[in-house]
Amino acid sequence: MQKANAAQQPSSNRRPGARLAWIGQGFLLLLAIMVVIILGRNLIDNPELFIQIIISGLQLGFVYALIALGYTMVYGIVKLINFAHGDVFMVGAFVSYYAVARFQLHVWPSAFFPDLDPLVTVTLGSLSVILLSMITCAALAITIERVAYKPLRDAPRIAALITAIGVSFFLEFFGALSFVFSPRFIPYQRPFDVVTWYIKDGIYLVEPGKAPPAGSITFSNILLIIAVASILVQVFLQFLVRKTKIGKAMRAVAFDKPTARLMGINVDAIITTTFAIGAAFAGLGGVLYAIAYSSIWSQLGILPGLKAFVAAVLGGIGSIPGAFIGALIMGQAESLTAGYISTPMRDAIAFTILILVLLVRPTGIFGEPEKEKA
Amino acid sequence: MEINLGFLFISTIKIVVVLGYLYALLAVLGHASKWVQIGGLLAAFGIIQLIFSFQPEDAQIINDFDRGLLFQACTMTMVALGLNLIYGFNGQFSLGQWGFYGIGAYAAADITWRWTNNDARGLTGVAIGATLVAVAIFGVRRLIARYKGMPVMSAFTLYLIGTIVACALTMLIAGALDPALKPLFGTKDAPGIFASEWALQIVFFFAVLLAGIVAAEISFLFGLPVLTLGSDYFGIATLGFTIVINTLMVNSDTLLPFPEMKGGRGMIGIPKVTNWFWAFLFLLIVVIVMRNVLHSSTGRAILSVREDETAAKVMGINVADYKLLPFVIGSLFAGLGGGVYAHFIGFLSPGTFDFLVGFNPLIIIVFGGLGSMSGTIFASFGWMFFLEGLLRTILGQFGTEAPTWRFVLYPITLLLLMLLRPQGLLGSAEVGFLRAPKIAARTAASDNPAVTTPVK
Repeated sequence: MQKANAAQQPSSNRRPGARLAWIGQGFLLLLAIMVVIILGRNLIDNPELFIQIIISGLQLGFVYALIALGYTMVYGIVKLINFAHGDVFMVGAFVSYYAVARFQLHVWPSAFFPDLDPLVTVTLGSLSVILLSMITCAALAITIERVAYKPLRDAPRIAALITAIGVSFFLEFFGALSFVFSPRFIPYQRPFDVVTWYIKDGIYLVEPGKAPPAGSITFSNILLIIAVASILVQVFLQFLVRKTKIGKAMRAVAFDKPTARLMGINVDAIITTTFAIGAAFAGLGGVLYAIAYSSIWSQLGILPGLKAFVAAVLGGIGSIPGAFIGALIMGQAESLTAGYISTPMRDAIAFTILILVLLVRPTGIFGEPEKEKA
Repeated sequence: MEINLGFLFISTIKIVVVLGYLYALLAVLGHASKWVQIGGLLAAFGIIQLIFSFQPEDAQIINDFDRGLLFQACTMTMVALGLNLIYGFNGQFSLGQWGFYGIGAYAAADITWRWTNNDARGLTGVAIGATLVAVAIFGVRRLIARYKGMPVMSAFTLYLIGTIVACALTMLIAGALDPALKPLFGTKDAPGIFASEWALQIVFFFAVLLAGIVAAEISFLFGLPVLTLGSDYFGIATLGFTIVINTLMVNSDTLLPFPEMKGGRGMIGIPKVTNWFWAFLFLLIVVIVMRNVLHSSTGRAILSVREDETAAKVMGINVADYKLLPFVIGSLFAGLGGGVYAHFIGFLSPGTFDFLVGFNPLIIIVFGGLGSMSGTIFASFGWMFFLEGLLRTILGQFGTEAPTWRFVLYPITLLLLMLLRPQGLLGSAEVGFLRAPKIAARTAASDNPAVTTPVK
């Protein structure tokens, strides 16, 4: 915000309106003060509930972060809002559902190695389910990219965007057919048991079938798994993009495609790789989302997908840490809105925040100012 | 499990007849003689009106299903034309059209619902409110004109304050007027002049107009800050607008003070006033207004913003204004369409205004060709009669999953179209009436402004 002001300074003498910037800033300040007052009052009234809401927001935010990575990478490279990304996320959740509920994939380690510690077998089983989802999603994304997006690379941008919407519709409604995923909500069977702890003068295990004592803060192993997975993916992608050859190629393609091609980079392969990596992590996010919220259906991916895109824009599209931070903000905003304002408005709040942030900082929180490109 | 071939044949004929009808209408309207234009218009209106009035009950030429398709095609055309003005002609990728359509539908429905329930506050409130908000907007606009270079957030704040003041005033005035109007409805045994059928028709007309104006005013307030965002960000923000509006509709009885809208259960009891006359009239108004706007200097300014913002600025065009103007006009059209739709269908449910359905107008204008009014008109009617009518009935014979199959098939059609003909079926070509009028002295120099390079 200070940068923007500094840029306007020299012209403020000639333009009388620029002196009235305080009106808009005052309005935003008023909104911010209102939010702080609402949150502060609730924090003082019931700090346990507040922290509980923050924790559920964290869980949501970490899942959004996994989806947002794919959006931000793809948008950074081909400047396409990949609407189908949210549906890839949905497919990831369904693949794990079939793997667990129908084919019992998660029990293979205990079947083959009955002597191992149950913790190890469950971990191995869950990991194999997740891996299967990730591979399926990556394969799906590569197919989509090859069939739908690649032929349109030189067409007007709208053509690719409409195609993305078309692919998204196709996945949603093809999935809704009764012989595919069916249009109903499906209860999701977790590959491992939920363990819940509560915090009240120390951390204790919640006994199964018993409610935690009043006024305590609870959290589950699902939150820990999601947080660890999300942060690991974040670190991995930072490493990939900053330190490896393929990451360098990605940055080059994102910056300038024709020049990257001149430098001997296989642009198409890089774009496909980006799609695949993004989709794999969306698949991981899908599995974790399904594990956390234990109910899936064929249009599961629409709203989380959109919110994850909003998170990516919020953080500055094309920036991987930005997507992470944006997703965490989005999770908190949604959870706090649901907790303190009204549950139905939680879908609306994401877009309100997006509009406000973009008005103040048009490139998002971590975005770099757009450079003029021919 | 077998397709009825006769039905298939008749449905195909129907689609051809509808498209031919539209083509003939546009061609006649484009005729040089004023008398041919008026005659053609009356004939086009009269043919269908006569069929509606005099067709025998047992052998209907246009059955109720087709009648529904026809009216829905008219409203869809209005919405899609508005979107084409915003996106096709002005280049602003908007997904908010469906939200404005919903606003129009609910606003108009609320006015007439209250009217039929002996409450004039719907009409007076919205009428006074729309007027006062318009006065406030124009007042603030004149004020802002003195302070050049005002940041958009400040301008928005001033507009917002003006609007809030106007709304507060409206509530006072409408509340004070109400006791005077109440007796005019009369009682059940002795209905007053307000309770007559004719009064309802007039109220319907104003309700639809006001619905359009309300949508336009909201689009002004929303578009002012949001249009300064980049193209894709604008698209996402408008998509968010549609989602927010839909959320508000689902909670209209709890979050908003409108218990008659019944939230997620859907609004019932809207008088079914829309007939062929009103549908045709409003469609005609939208088509003629849009055609005349596009072929004026305003329209050329709108096109120039799409082609190159920097060049437009150099030519002295206020780019911010000429992004806002088509957005407001397009939303006005969507609001009108919503009003007509609500009084045709008689029942509004938030599911109708879900943002997934909101991609339909976008897909229609891309099908018809961005920057082609004729393409949009043909595509909306064709889309309605083919996808909603023919395909749904055919697929319906294969089981209960017809709607889902329809949504599986039409993305595939869309993908094929995008791969084979990304500029849409008609590109930017126009038919008859919608072609640019020929200017006698400069025909060679001034090319058809509608025929330009495809949108970037």
